[in-house]
Amino acid sequence: MNILYFLVGCSVLMALIFLAAFFWAYKTGQNDDVHTPGIRMLFDDEVVAEKSEEDHFSS
Amino acid sequence: MEDQNKTATQVLCYHCGEDLPKVKYQVGDKDFCCAGCMAVFKILSENNLCNYYVYNNNPGRQFKNESHLEYLDEPKIIDQLLDYKHESSSIITFYIPAIHCSSCIWLLEHLYKINPAIYSSRIDFLKKQVTISFNHDEISLRQLVETLNQIGYEPLISLQDVVQEHSSSVDKALVLKIAVAGFLMGNVMLFSFPEYFGLSGFEKQFQSLFGWLNLTFSIPAAFYCGRDYFTSAITSLKHRHINLDTPLALIIAVLFLRTAFEILFSTGPGFADTLTGLVFLLLMGKWLKQRTYHHISFDRDYRSYFPIAVTTLQNGKEKPVSINEIKIGDRLWIRNGELVPADAILMKGEAWMDMSFVTGESDPVHKVLGEIIYAGGRQTSEAIELEVIKPVSQSYLTGLWNNDNYKNNTEKQNFNDTVAKYFSLGVFLIAFAATGYWLLQNDSHKAWSAFTAVIIVACPCVLALSTPFTLSAILSVFDKKGFYVKNTDAVEELAKCDALIFDKTGTLTSNENAEIGFSGTISGEEKIIVGSLLRNSNHPLSRHILKALNVDRFYSLSDYKEVVGKGLTAKINNHSIYAGHLSMLPMEVESARESGVHIVIDHVYKGCFDIKQQWRSGLAQLILKLSKLKLLVLSGDTDKDRWMLDTIFTPKTTIRFRQSPHQKLHAVLKLQQGGNKVMMLGDGLNDAGALKQSDFGIALTDNINNFTPGCDAILKGSALNFLPDFIRLSKDGLKIIKISFAIAIVYNCIGIYFAVQGTLYPLVAAVLMPISTVTIISFTTLATRWFARKNKLI
Repeated sequence: MNILYFLVGCSVLMALIFLAAFFWAYKTGQNDDVHTPGIRMLFDDEVVAEKSEEDHFSS
Repeated sequence: MEDQNKTATQVLCYHCGEDLPKVKYQVGDKDFCCAGCMAVFKILSENNLCNYYVYNNNPGRQFKNESHLEYLDEPKIIDQLLDYKHESSSIITFYIPAIHCSSCIWLLEHLYKINPAIYSSRIDFLKKQVTISFNHDEISLRQLVETLNQIGYEPLISLQDVVQEHSSSVDKALVLKIAVAGFLMGNVMLFSFPEYFGLSGFEKQFQSLFGWLNLTFSIPAAFYCGRDYFTSAITSLKHRHINLDTPLALIIAVLFLRTAFEILFSTGPGFADTLTGLVFLLLMGKWLKQRTYHHISFDRDYRSYFPIAVTTLQNGKEKPVSINEIKIGDRLWIRNGELVPADAILMKGEAWMDMSFVTGESDPVHKVLGEIIYAGGRQTSEAIELEVIKPVSQSYLTGLWNNDNYKNNTEKQNFNDTVAKYFSLGVFLIAFAATGYWLLQNDSHKAWSAFTAVIIVACPCVLALSTPFTLSAILSVFDKKGFYVKNTDAVEELAKCDALIFDKTGTLTSNENAEIGFSGTISGEEKIIVGSLLRNSNHPLSRHILKALNVDRFYSLSDYKEVVGKGLTAKINNHSIYAGHLSMLPMEVESARESGVHIVIDHVYKGCFDIKQQWRSGLAQLILKLSKLKLLVLSGDTDKDRWMLDTIFTPKTTIRFRQSPHQKLHAVLKLQQGGNKVMMLGDGLNDAGALKQSDFGIALTDNINNFTPGCDAILKGSALNFLPDFIRLSKDGLKIIKISFAIAIVYNCIGIYFAVQGTLYPLVAAVLMPISTVTIISFTTLATRWFARKNKLI
């Protein structure tokens, strides 16, 4: 059962790591704006090839 | 459905979605309502940014007048505005009120396509802010702002920095504390389970390990997460009164001490899980209370209305100067449409001041040389020269804010604090009685445990939670109906109000749907002539009238002359035509109306265009519902609308006209001295003093993005008719809090029954607290919804 000492230590350490991760994320402002990124990801990349395709049809 | 959409887009401006006038601007197959919208489209299409129109139909906003941006060349002002500057790159954050849809995000984040010197731009949609990093060697700040103006996104740069960057620093600390408290609670619970489930002899070796771990976790819970409760309790005790934090701090201290003793002397498992759970829940309640709207500012004062800089004349040369640096004796150069920032004497030029900011009176006032012009006036005519007689911080308007008679917030006591006093007293009585009993029985161990147990069990944490949970549930109901209240404390104030003051202009009337009326007679041909004349003017009134006339063709004109702010004249088809203010006309005209646009064609007076004030709909019903309150109407305007007000309000209502901002403020004060709790409903800067002084100030606005003066709540014009329901729901809210308090007392009695016997096992405390909390939270949420439905707000 002495393995429990080790496991308890592990579990506390894991929890501490998650807490630290949250601190880091919060302090670097990742939670400041939770609205805009949701809209931003919906924008399409621009299709640059559009013009050449037009030319192809017209010629 | 699709067909409908198609026809709809054809009659609307492709850019801004306004109705198309009969003479429209065209580029290719796209129609535009004005030259401004067309110009924006051209810029965007040149820069390959037409995706702007893909994400939303008609995403643009109509183009506003050009503004003077010379001040953005002054290094001092630039330094004030920039967030960051290093070598060749700068970062700046602008507040742009026009941001409203995903197209705006797309366009503003592709600014680099218009000018490669802009490295990147990031939008915070809810705050309507854009952060731009740019190369200041290649593009100056002024050019950057001009670029934004060109595409229709004019940033608002005012004296009070509307960019709220670090305003939420208090919030941040709290969120981190909640994270820590959650972490502690989870771990402590894990280590407490074995104790509650019973340990076999074999597992006893872990008991002290778990105990010590729990104690370790209790230390940050009490002294990091719970620190605010101690500081608040100490300050309130210093002022010799008890607030809710006092018993809470006591409980945290007792919980911690007892846990520490039990574990140090291995007499028991301690109350670590109750302690950490309590701290976590308390902080959650606090967070709910602090949560507020990101996109609305409630603390605006005159500084948000004032520009950051003003043009001064130094040795005959124009020079922009930051407003804070204006000294007595400086010469100001105020152009048409600009605001006078400090009390000053008119030195040169003709002043037609729009004092609506200060007095609420919309007609411009004529000032002659040597007269004093108070800060807040807006020049509506040619450029004038002024000499400053008082610095900005001491001028007439600013005085409204520096007034000392503003409410003393320390006097305000909410339900919680009042109850906390008696609650703590009762708990102490029971605790000492129990201790005394066990001491008489010569059982000092039980005396100590009974004393601590009573204090632990009789925790007013329900009080600390029920208020924020109930009130924030009410806030979200309000919010959906277009009523944005500053914080939960304000809801309590709303419930207590028994007097209501209305402002007239902008509050009882609406500025949004102002209709153009014409008094006099005018033929169709003459309409075209008037339209042809007004087409050349940029004045907002001209634009309004032109839109209302909606003529289908225009004549060319000659001898066009515009006297800024006063009127226009020209020759059209051999007719001489005048349009404008009375003093502009070629002859004396007897007219009942002083304001408005008067028309004279060929020396014959035709009549006058006037903006009709539109009364808000459903006013009479609203007033009827509110008749239980003491009602007052304070108007800054003349008494020309008295008959209308008399029909709406009961004869009991006090109606006063020509009220200055200071008189409004004193009216509020007088009511308060008479023992009334005053609610004030206003819209403009001229109500700002009264709004601030009142117990619950509501700023009414037709557009939430517009500027509103500092207040406790912002109400959408369309939601005005719900006001009686809002008041009733807030009263019901207080009822809910009282009922949940009664429920909490029942739980406390059960706990105290165990506690006074000195037999409170930690498990009972650990179970009782979450159960009572869950009961209260679900009760408040359900009850709020029920009452909201009863008041027809959901």
